Amino acid sequence: MSIEIRNIKKEFGSFTALNNVNLDVPSGELVALLGPSGCGKTTLLRIIAGLESPDTGSIHFHGQEATDRDVRERQVGFVFQHYALFRHMTVFENVAFGLRVRPKKTRPTEAEIHRRVHQLLELVQLDWLADRYPPQLSGGQRQRIALARALAVEPKVLLLDEPFGALDAKVRKDLRRWLRRLHDELHITSVFVTHDQEEALEVADRIVVMNQGKIEQIGTPQDVYDNPASPFVYKFLGNVNQFHSRVNEGQAHIGDISLTLNAHHSTQNSNALAYVRPHDIDVYTEQNGQPALQAIVSYIHAAGPLVRLELQPINETDTIEAEITRERFRELALNQGSHVYLKPRNVQVFLESAITQS
Amino acid sequence: MAKNKQKNVLPGFNLSLGYTLLYLSLIVLIPLSAAFFKTTELTFAEFWHTVTTPRVIASYKLTFGASLFAAVINAIFGLLTAWVLTRYTFPGKKLVDALVDLPFALPTAVAGIALTAVYATNGWLGSLLEPHGIKVAFTPLGVVVALTFIGLPFVVRTVQPVLEDLEAETEEAAASLGANRWQTFSRVILPALWPALLTGFALAFARAVGEYGSVIFIAGNMPMVSEITPLIIITKLEQYDYAGATAVAVVMLVISFLLLFAINGLQWWSSRRNSASR
Amino acid sequence: MSTTVSQLAHYNAKVARSRATSEPAWIRWSLIIVSLLFLSLFLFIPLAAVFTEALRKGFETYIAALIEPDALSAIKLTLIAAAIALPLNLVFGVAAAWAIAKFEFKGKSILITLIDLPFAVSPVIAGLIYVLIFGLQGWFGEWLIDNDLKVIFAIPGIVLATIFVTFPFIARELIPLMQAQGKDEEEAGLVLGASGWQILWHITLPNIKWGLLYGVILTNARAMGEFGAVSVVSGHIRGMTNTMPLHVEILYNEYNYAAAFAVASLLAFLALITLALKSYIEWQSARSVVAAKPVDE
Repeated sequence: MSIEIRNIKKEFGSFTALNNVNLDVPSGELVALLGPSGCGKTTLLRIIAGLESPDTGSIHFHGQEATDRDVRERQVGFVFQHYALFRHMTVFENVAFGLRVRPKKTRPTEAEIHRRVHQLLELVQLDWLADRYPPQLSGGQRQRIALARALAVEPKVLLLDEPFGALDAKVRKDLRRWLRRLHDELHITSVFVTHDQEEALEVADRIVVMNQGKIEQIGTPQDVYDNPASPFVYKFLGNVNQFHSRVNEGQAHIGDISLTLNAHHSTQNSNALAYVRPHDIDVYTEQNGQPALQAIVSYIHAAGPLVRLELQPINETDTIEAEITRERFRELALNQGSHVYLKPRNVQVFLESAITQS
Repeated sequence: MAKNKQKNVLPGFNLSLGYTLLYLSLIVLIPLSAAFFKTTELTFAEFWHTVTTPRVIASYKLTFGASLFAAVINAIFGLLTAWVLTRYTFPGKKLVDALVDLPFALPTAVAGIALTAVYATNGWLGSLLEPHGIKVAFTPLGVVVALTFIGLPFVVRTVQPVLEDLEAETEEAAASLGANRWQTFSRVILPALWPALLTGFALAFARAVGEYGSVIFIAGNMPMVSEITPLIIITKLEQYDYAGATAVAVVMLVISFLLLFAINGLQWWSSRRNSASR
Repeated sequence: MSTTVSQLAHYNAKVARSRATSEPAWIRWSLIIVSLLFLSLFLFIPLAAVFTEALRKGFETYIAALIEPDALSAIKLTLIAAAIALPLNLVFGVAAAWAIAKFEFKGKSILITLIDLPFAVSPVIAGLIYVLIFGLQGWFGEWLIDNDLKVIFAIPGIVLATIFVTFPFIARELIPLMQAQGKDEEEAGLVLGASGWQILWHITLPNIKWGLLYGVILTNARAMGEFGAVSVVSGHIRGMTNTMPLHVEILYNEYNYAAAFAVASLLAFLALITLALKSYIEWQSARSVVAAKPVDE
């Protein structure tokens, strides 16, 4: 089932949680709402679920208006950040709850409930815990039971609020691969909220980057990583270097370097900010005749798959970070204090006048 | 596009709040307001005369004086008891801990006759005290004893949880900085306990001021000497002086409300102190 | 020293303290003795006196005092008053806690203070206000006489006074408990399709059962033991409007000490049961809070 969100606004007192949000979630996709805390992502999720109602705007499920539809009739599954398992019920009873509270007419028989619950518990690979109580489970197990409980009512939409937020690093990694596989099996339209960019990039089909109640960018993980639509998205997804630059008639100038841009052809001599990822900076020990940024190596982090260099540009104050392969690092034979020449690739430029920085 | 102001989707807000307000009004607010309406039958001069006759004034002095005295006793020994119950082990500690709440559970009339039996001149403790010239039952001292009993759990039960939550590390820090045990107690522990101690004191005091059942048996109820204010109200009622009884009641009500606000303020302060230290 | 430490380790961790943060034994024991002495003077000895005095004239007199008709009628009236006040305050307590803990609204803290009011009011005044409303000269006095109804000096007045003095107990117990539990589980129930009553019955009430029981027990103890408020509205009509505590007073004022203490011992026994149940509930709820160790993945 697809979800269409139109012009949603939501305020809490004087705080604007959501400011005119529009979003389409296509049927069967796994979508991540990504942003820093307080950006409105959880509020948006709760509005989709019907746990909050928007001040203005509308929500459509599969083309049908659902803004005023009661939570109970929305057919959504919701996994709460802290799982909200019923602590006085066994795992089995937790999962069975949604079936048991149905009106007599539509309630499955006891045998059917048993079959369905055990099927779900097998799906989340925790059938052996059916008689335990939630406090006896580990965080990862609680997470999976919460998911099984949400799936028991056969929701058309699955909503997850920071599903891995409360877990430690290793469990978190396992669980997110597992969720990805589960989604590929079930193909339920799913939306999950996260503040962890790595998680969003790894799990989601599509990422919605949010900031201060607004959507900054919507796209596939590769899309938002390679072509960020704003400085905010650049900074939020991965490391990035920021350069002060000037743009004139389709040319950007950073220090001695000039770059030809695909846009800004009519711009006259404007201040701009240029962004380059650390792995898009080529490092040389000689200038080779081409214009380059000159810098001194101030620190070398050699542990890990890539070597990270902290560089202090001559004539500039902001440190630059560059990542090079270990091979390249050996080739260059760099030391702390080495003099190097930098050439950025894949530079993206934003005019300062167009940036509404916070 | 519906402008929807509803903030919470859980059902039952109107029903539960409506019922709460209705029940509160019917049982508490409207009946209490009756007391204030009744006093409007008196002119202010009559009202003032009623609440300031020497016999009534003497009862205020006894009620508030004895309540204050009892609350002070409870603050000191309640703190000591809370300390002993949280810090030390001794045989029967669990039983003692449970029995501290006895004044909450024991009907006041039972407490009244039991204390009278024990502290009368022929009672277990009264007979021991009499040779020393101390008379408890049927004197103002008896009122203090009854009010101490009534307020006993308050200080213990407000101080105990705070004492349990105190981190041993702060005391260890004080010791490592060279403080002796008494300095640690007076400069580190006691300041942390102050809000709770004061709250317990105020609760014990407020409870004592209104107490009736346990006092009337042991007090002797002699006008001007051992007659408490609630008894004055009863006496006036039995003489069908409803306006007079209500006038005295209103004075007590106003004082009780002030105490309630003071206690709420104290509890707010103490919870803020506790959460801020986390 | 090492043996002392290992012995201490068997006790509660809060009790096991390093030497730097504990007192010498002689101070410890002096404090314990002073504290127990204080508790004995004000609690233990009077409690023991109740039972001793009750049995002073022998077991037969004791039983006789309990089964005489006036005593039985007092016991019955006490049970009736508690049986009416308890469910009413229970429903109120749950409703008030639901509204206050699960929703945000203006004037909430004022409402909480108002719920506390009956704690601050002298029981005598609690009785008085109902006399002012339902008594002969009261607001409804004439109307009640015209319709041949009696509230004051009758059972309804006793019930009303009992409700008033026990009014806040359950609400006070539930409000902080439900506030601490939040509303995640209720929202989860809602998303899973449960109705309001299903949420209340299957999710909220099981979660607050110990707090609820605690409040019920305190309410019950106070309802059965209330003296001042009931004394004002009862009229002390033997065999008719006498509750157990009032019956104790009448017997005592007639110098029938053995009988007075016999009925009192029944109330004291009830108080001891209340304390035992209270300790049991505290132990149970502490146990349900301390989560069992999670099993491995």
